[in-house]
Amino acid sequence: MSLRKYLDSVAPHFKNGGRLAKFYVLYEAVDTIFYTPGHVTRGDTHVRDGVDLKRMMILVWLCTFPAIFAGMYNLGLQANTALANMGLDQVDNWHGSIIGLLAGHDPNSVWDNLIYGAAFWLPIYITTFVVGGFWEVLFASVRGHEINEGFFVTSILFSLTLPPDIPLWQVALGISFGVVVGKEIFGGTGKNFLNPALTGRAFLYFAYPAQSSGDSVWTAVDGFSGATALGLASSGGLQAINDAGITWMDAFLGTMQGSVGEVSALALTLGGVVLLVTRVASWRIVSGVLLGMICTTLLFNWIGSDTNPLFALPFWWHMVLGGFAFGLFFMATEPISASMTNTGKWLYGGLIGLMVILIRVINPAFPEGMMLAILFANLIAPLIDYYVVAANIKRRIARHAQ
Amino acid sequence: MIEHYLSLFIRAVFVENMALAFFLGMCTFLAISKQVKTAVGLGIAVIVVLVITVPVNNLIYRYLLAEGALAWAGYPDVDLSFLGLISYIGVIAAIVQIVEMLLDKYVPALYNALGVFLPLITVNCAIMGAALFMVERDYNFGESVVYGFGAGVGWALAIATLAGIREKLKYSDIPHSLRGLGITFITVGLMSLGFMSFSGIQL
Repeated sequence: MSLRKYLDSVAPHFKNGGRLAKFYVLYEAVDTIFYTPGHVTRGDTHVRDGVDLKRMMILVWLCTFPAIFAGMYNLGLQANTALANMGLDQVDNWHGSIIGLLAGHDPNSVWDNLIYGAAFWLPIYITTFVVGGFWEVLFASVRGHEINEGFFVTSILFSLTLPPDIPLWQVALGISFGVVVGKEIFGGTGKNFLNPALTGRAFLYFAYPAQSSGDSVWTAVDGFSGATALGLASSGGLQAINDAGITWMDAFLGTMQGSVGEVSALALTLGGVVLLVTRVASWRIVSGVLLGMICTTLLFNWIGSDTNPLFALPFWWHMVLGGFAFGLFFMATEPISASMTNTGKWLYGGLIGLMVILIRVINPAFPEGMMLAILFANLIAPLIDYYVVAANIKRRIARHAQ
Repeated sequence: MIEHYLSLFIRAVFVENMALAFFLGMCTFLAISKQVKTAVGLGIAVIVVLVITVPVNNLIYRYLLAEGALAWAGYPDVDLSFLGLISYIGVIAAIVQIVEMLLDKYVPALYNALGVFLPLITVNCAIMGAALFMVERDYNFGESVVYGFGAGVGWALAIATLAGIREKLKYSDIPHSLRGLGITFITVGLMSLGFMSFSGIQL
């Protein structure tokens, strides 16, 4: 029996009055993952397009895969190198026993590194998916909206920004906050005003700073402590990064400390270019962020400072450090929380670029600013749209209403 | 000198935002933020009131109320600072009355839209708060002008942003029990999370 026939044959159970009517949303979600939805628009407005929200979201999800593999490899590489330097050959926790079954701890072996990374990142992702998915399904069935693949994106983006050592109960708490308060209480995908993944991440960041920021969380080895490249830069500028043996190429390829998703600018660009070519991500936002970032950096370079070495960090370094590339392609371009108008997208992107450098350079409390910059721009986006629309109306009145 | 004033201004607008960092002036902040237009109007009214009241209160504090302030009149031992609260609120009430009359005369549309909340600016804690912060931090006259302006701009920015978000949320499908003030409180909380990016900036 083909899958289509099977889905059709069980459909009556999920319709109104069927035994499993409560679980209709689950049936609908499975059905539309495999097949084009059978429903068409009922109103007057009708746009024919092969790409709907589901396909779009799944495409974003797929585009994170290069970054995932590069990130897992790097996570293993960093940890195995640290282990080798400390003279250890095993990890004494449950992650370690999983790794022991499948691989060794040779930092030169791609397989060992990948398995090490997977043993730390996959549990985080599975927790995110199960807990977040539970809330998504619960709200969908009680409030009668569809389960949206937007959650695929939220879950993967959320888990990619977390440090590998984070306790899993914090992961569960963070994604619950992101999905419920950031999205579902506003009515689900498309009706929220903040990026849910970022909301959850920011919640964790402020609620449990010890486990989600600082020097000791980014490499998954107990007792190992080392600053991220941005942390180094804030204390000693470019000099400190070079002293730690990190070249620009390392930062671009992603062999340095950091969360799984953010390290490899190359892998992120790969996914990002696909998003730009398919027009899932808005090129206006991406260019806006880049422009805003470069202008602000040049401004700080020009001002200069005797006490703060970050003033002198050039923009091509800012581009590959921290979560900039990740935020640029995957977080800032999220269509729901960004500005809707074309002019607004430029302004919105520019604002993110400005804010990220501002936070990185002049706010000593936070070494990384991408997440907070996007969150802030999310807040301002509706206001930007409002004024862009108002200006448009004004211009057209001036042109036509004599 | 200019650098000092600029950093004071930026701190007052973003880092120590009246509405989102101190949660002052909440009643009007929540009630008049349904539409961007009226929110901006109220924001401007608050800026005007703050720019006038903070410096005026600064003068009153400096030359009448602070300990030893009456030395110019021959009473160097008198300390009238216990009269602070009542004189600040008196000044604020008087100035709000004047602003109200001006709006009624020249911008009646805004006057009608703001309704009862215009006289309520008198008891807007953001205004009183700014006067008290000014005394506590011992600002001089120039600083108090800049601080009053910055605090007002910060509050106006916050209410305009909230109004923008609330206009967008009109299309949301919010559970019945949360509609109205409930979701607005949550929105303000999330906004405050976004404004945390400024906390800790040293200027």
